[in-house]
Amino acid sequence: MTTLTLAKALNAGLRRAMEQDGKVVLLGEDIGRLGGVFRITEGLQKDFGEQRVLDTPLAESGIVGTAVGLALRGYRPVVEIQFDGFVYPAYDQIVCQVAKLRTRSGGQRALPIVIRIPYGGGIGAVEHHSESPEAQFAHTPGLKVVTCSNPVDGYWMLQQAIAHDDPVVFLEPKRLYHSTRAELDPALEPGPLFASRVVRSGTDATLIAYGPTVQTCLAAADQAAEEGRSLEVVDLRTISPLDLGPVAESVRRTGRAVVVHEAHVSFGVGAEVAAAITEQCFFSLEAPVLRVCGYDTPYPLSRVEHEWLPTVDRVLDAVDRAVGF
Amino acid sequence: MSDLIQLLTADGVRVEHPDVAFSPDPSLLDTYGDEPGVLRALLRDMTLVRRFDVEATALQRHGELGLWPSSLGQEAAQIGAGRALAPGDYVFPTYRDHGIAWCRRIDPVDLLGVFRGTDHVGWDPEEKRYAPVTIVIGAHTLHAVGYALGALHDGAVGTGDASRDTAVLACFGDGATSQGDVNEAMVFAASYHVPVVFFLQNNHWAISEPVTRQSRIPLVQRAAGFGFPGYRVDGNDVLATYAVVQRALEHARTGQGPVLVEAVTYRMGAHTTTDDPTRYRTDDDLEVWRRRDPIDRLARYLRTTGGADDAWFAALEAEADELGADVRARCHALPDPSPLVSFDATYAEITPTLAAQRAEVAALLDGTEVAR
Ligand SMILES: Cc1ncc(C[n+]2csc(CCOP(=O)(O)OP(=O)(O)O)c2C)c(N)n1
Repeated sequence: MTTLTLAKALNAGLRRAMEQDGKVVLLGEDIGRLGGVFRITEGLQKDFGEQRVLDTPLAESGIVGTAVGLALRGYRPVVEIQFDGFVYPAYDQIVCQVAKLRTRSGGQRALPIVIRIPYGGGIGAVEHHSESPEAQFAHTPGLKVVTCSNPVDGYWMLQQAIAHDDPVVFLEPKRLYHSTRAELDPALEPGPLFASRVVRSGTDATLIAYGPTVQTCLAAADQAAEEGRSLEVVDLRTISPLDLGPVAESVRRTGRAVVVHEAHVSFGVGAEVAAAITEQCFFSLEAPVLRVCGYDTPYPLSRVEHEWLPTVDRVLDAVDRAVGF
Repeated sequence: MSDLIQLLTADGVRVEHPDVAFSPDPSLLDTYGDEPGVLRALLRDMTLVRRFDVEATALQRHGELGLWPSSLGQEAAQIGAGRALAPGDYVFPTYRDHGIAWCRRIDPVDLLGVFRGTDHVGWDPEEKRYAPVTIVIGAHTLHAVGYALGALHDGAVGTGDASRDTAVLACFGDGATSQGDVNEAMVFAASYHVPVVFFLQNNHWAISEPVTRQSRIPLVQRAAGFGFPGYRVDGNDVLATYAVVQRALEHARTGQGPVLVEAVTYRMGAHTTTDDPTRYRTDDDLEVWRRRDPIDRLARYLRTTGGADDAWFAALEAEADELGADVRARCHALPDPSPLVSFDATYAEITPTLAAQRAEVAALLDGTEVAR
């Protein structure tokens, strides 16, 4: 068993997927010799060659559109978008082509494309380098959207996404790339890809998070425990399709739910989760489902991003409100 | 035209070109006296911009900036283009065009805010006629075309009135030429015959990707495909770049339509301070370009022709030291913004939802109870 960072785990996951299936090809800017700006593809071009790891021209629409053609030809393209804010030049290809080609072919053509996007803030970056675009893709029928919060999930979920026959937007919380480590046992069988999971049990309220905010919620639960309050944390893992099973089960037990994400609050994933919980758990709820999210401004200047991102304090404040309702 | 236009060799020797000559604008001659005076001014610009850039790189290393994109090696391309601008021209820059910003009389410290995370734009874009820098590659080339179209429709092109006529400079790199937006910008520019100069600094690298990944042929040849003229100039030769961009801006301003200028140069430093160029390029390559340094060659020319003496160079060195110290001190003093600014800057008038969120943040900042 080895201890890996999320970045290394994703690299190992890509490597194994490429070893197991000769049709897996990687496309992206700077992913070859440089190994990607976050080094997620480090060493892969050296070992698998330039036909399987393509350094592309600087054109996101071109990258994704080309991946569509490769997929139609029987390949399994894994696209790297360099940063979240640069996915929008490819938005048309993703939303109008990647998402709809199965439908447009009357269900006859699969489109096994994975679009990897480092996402989220908290790293002191300049503008366009800290966005959370998950809702935009989750709102698009034909796409599946997942995100990992730890190295073990990163390793397995990426391989599962590559093996999956539908296009998957795979969001990688960039601020966790090097800050989380975990032991990885490649012999262990992973759970299913499109499944949420209770990552900490508790009884007083349920925190629902995904990607970078899972760590925030775990820290909040730690702090709450010191004050004698027991919080359950659910890692959504899959945003679309949403796996509400473990969430609903948890909320029925705790009676309270707080959804936590970095993306803007309005019209976001939190609204979807809150609506679904209300429909399924109405008679168990002791308080309205609350949201702790990014505000409805463009992502702020890095010097003040800590005032914008959901913090442990903001999460605990929401828990207080839910409990005191 | 895909041969390389050059007026000053890497050894600091003036050479002739059949079509292009260095003839400084009368206003520059008025300001700096004579041609050697203008050349000294260009050398001063390049030297100070380089010092600023080196200082900013050091500031990043000391944790004062989150990131810094160095312009080291591209001083001639940027000062050549920047000094060729007329006061009324408008620039749509990239994040690396510190030299052009310098020519627009933007305080260099005001360029740091974007990378320190304290400010989106440290200057008044209208006053300086210099748009906020664009991070998303190539997007602003379309804005440049739209601005130029507006100038055309306003009758601010080809009137012969120098105070009224406008050209627009759209800056981008070799990597950017692959973007759909840049290609669409060229289609629109040609279609509407707008007064835009596409100023392409081919610094040979888009992060780790060599220019050959973007194009098999000299990039200047694309102009012909879109239907407007293109010039390929030695971008490490400030005289040639000045001459070519001056001519291109004149072409645009007088209503003759768009032009592409490819300035062939080299990014000597890392792409940004987070980049490690040793992973993808060799020292040999760097050495070749070091011998073509834009500052050395003009200094050599001025020394050999008696255009500047030791005392002048010593004074310039002292001025650069002073600039460096000043930039360092004032960077440290840049104030953090209020977290409330983005709430106030999102819409013309704050929306009810956002006003409630703003109140929540204000209360958190004050440590008071949040009113709900
Ligand atoms: C749409 C988009 N994709 C990717 C990036 C990330 N990125 C920033 S600079 C850069 C390379 C740009 O190369 P070039 O256009 O040649 O300009 P240079 O940086 O060399 O001046 C890349 C890929 C970006 N900023 N925008």
